[in-house]
Amino acid sequence: MPVEAPPGDAPELEDTTEVATPGLEYQAERAKARQGFLLGLPTIVYLLIFFVAPLGFVVAYSFATRTSTGRTELRDFNLNAYARLGDDIIMTVAWRSLWMAVLATLICLVLAYPLAYFISTRSPAVRNMLLVAVMIPFWSNFLIRTYAWRVLLDSDGLVTQGLELLGLGDGRILFTSNAVILGLVYGYLPFMVLPLYAAIERVDWSLVEGARDLYASGWAAFRRVVWPLSRPGVIAGSMLVFVPSFGAYVTPAILGGNKEGLLGSYIVLQFLSARNGPVGSAVSVVVLGVMLVSTLIYFRAGGKNL
Amino acid sequence: MSKGVAKSTAEPQGASRWLLRGHSAAVFAFFYAPIVVLCVFSFNDSNAVGNWNGFTLDWYSDLFANDNIQSSIWVSVKVCVVSTLISVVLGTAGALALERFRWWGQKAFDAVLYLPIIIPDVTMAVMMLVFFSETASWFDWIPGVNLQNGLEKLVFSHVAFNISFVSVVVRARLANLDASMEEAAADLYANRWQAFRRVTLPQIMPGVIGGALLAVTISLDDVVVSSFVSAVGGTPLSVYVFGMLRKGVTPLVNSVSVVMLAASMAFVMASLVISRATGSEREER
Repeated sequence: MPVEAPPGDAPELEDTTEVATPGLEYQAERAKARQGFLLGLPTIVYLLIFFVAPLGFVVAYSFATRTSTGRTELRDFNLNAYARLGDDIIMTVAWRSLWMAVLATLICLVLAYPLAYFISTRSPAVRNMLLVAVMIPFWSNFLIRTYAWRVLLDSDGLVTQGLELLGLGDGRILFTSNAVILGLVYGYLPFMVLPLYAAIERVDWSLVEGARDLYASGWAAFRRVVWPLSRPGVIAGSMLVFVPSFGAYVTPAILGGNKEGLLGSYIVLQFLSARNGPVGSAVSVVVLGVMLVSTLIYFRAGGKNL
Repeated sequence: MSKGVAKSTAEPQGASRWLLRGHSAAVFAFFYAPIVVLCVFSFNDSNAVGNWNGFTLDWYSDLFANDNIQSSIWVSVKVCVVSTLISVVLGTAGALALERFRWWGQKAFDAVLYLPIIIPDVTMAVMMLVFFSETASWFDWIPGVNLQNGLEKLVFSHVAFNISFVSVVVRARLANLDASMEEAAADLYANRWQAFRRVTLPQIMPGVIGGALLAVTISLDDVVVSSFVSAVGGTPLSVYVFGMLRKGVTPLVNSVSVVMLAASMAFVMASLVISRATGSEREER
């Protein structure tokens, strides 16, 4: 790389002439704060326009008026859409979303914990390899990964044929709630593994050694030492699986039938077919609320450090 | 921390040890088996997807002969390139502003920057739909921008979530560097811009590239937000494929899927390899 000549123009040296008066230091600090703000400003403005404002519009829509033609108009603000949330249809979908999301989260926890434990007790080289193997599905195309299950579960798919060979019923689980739960677990399992790994990897194993020296059995040492220490990871991972499952749309659209829609599907329906902006927005606001509460719990549990 | 301690305390003994290994192998099989099966059957010489009937590349040549797929690939690529460039610049600037400076309002900015990552995509999609339907005319004064056109809406909304992903990756890198190098540069009469270009930027480059590759993946893979904001005739590949595969399993869908998944995995792997350099450095400390 060519080395440039030292800068010809004299840089501002004022700040570096340290400082008999506290005023100067204060000014330098103010100047630095201003620089930081200016550096962040374009990003702040962008997010205000294209994230915060849209969020505001959705909240406003949830109080807006729906005309007889299905248009949403921002006038005569009211609570009608929220009153509709108690309707049987919405409550049914909400309960289904809730139990499916909880079940998917629990299954993910049961599958992921031993795996995370296994990975974090490997040598560093193996550990890195295994982590990458978990992260590739974590980031790669969710839609196609879900679709892969549709191929397996199709009426002549391998899983269907396999289940029938084993004599486990007629094996057709596509378009049932089981298929949707399977899809959610498959899609979000890496979200559970990674924070669990981060938590378990940090456990101070000399505590376990201490417990064993004091005649704890392996199981007791795990239950009394490792498990409590890894709880932040359990909470963080559960949140990361629960929130997207609760608002899922793609998974039920591909693996579920007409009767397995979740809240995400219901919101899409309200906007794209039923043309009911206020109700769709009100349900979105509820989903956002669940997300915010979960996020607060997540940060309380130290999620940000995981 | 755990490296120094004998493995025997961490690893269960006897039968449960093999149980743990078997379980882990099974979970990895669960991760990858469906992907492998999808790939294998995309070469299947049969219209029925479940029975192997010999090898063929027909479905891939169909794919490259399909005009709709070709034009939607172009939409995806354009949106992806433009949105990634913008989000890399804005995301990196945001990361620097948060990691290297202290200013009023920083915490609020930090929190807002996290939201696009955790917000369910349906909610994000609804936000964009509502926003653009209310404000499309507001942007008419900007020369060359026409929000009736789907492409601009796709770019604006992809940038809205990708800024956050880029800035997370860059911040992880920045947090592992100490600021003393930049201070040394300043002591040697570099001005801020020179210090940034000569010292900071080369050091955070793996984070910036890793973040950019991640943004590329997320932009190409996004279905939900894109299907809410794209206009007729301007659908990106992911939205087009979503429409196809909701109708059912066909060999053509299989081949498109494999191409998309391969592209996605390649970008993810590149991103991980480049930003893993960050991870190993941290462990050495």
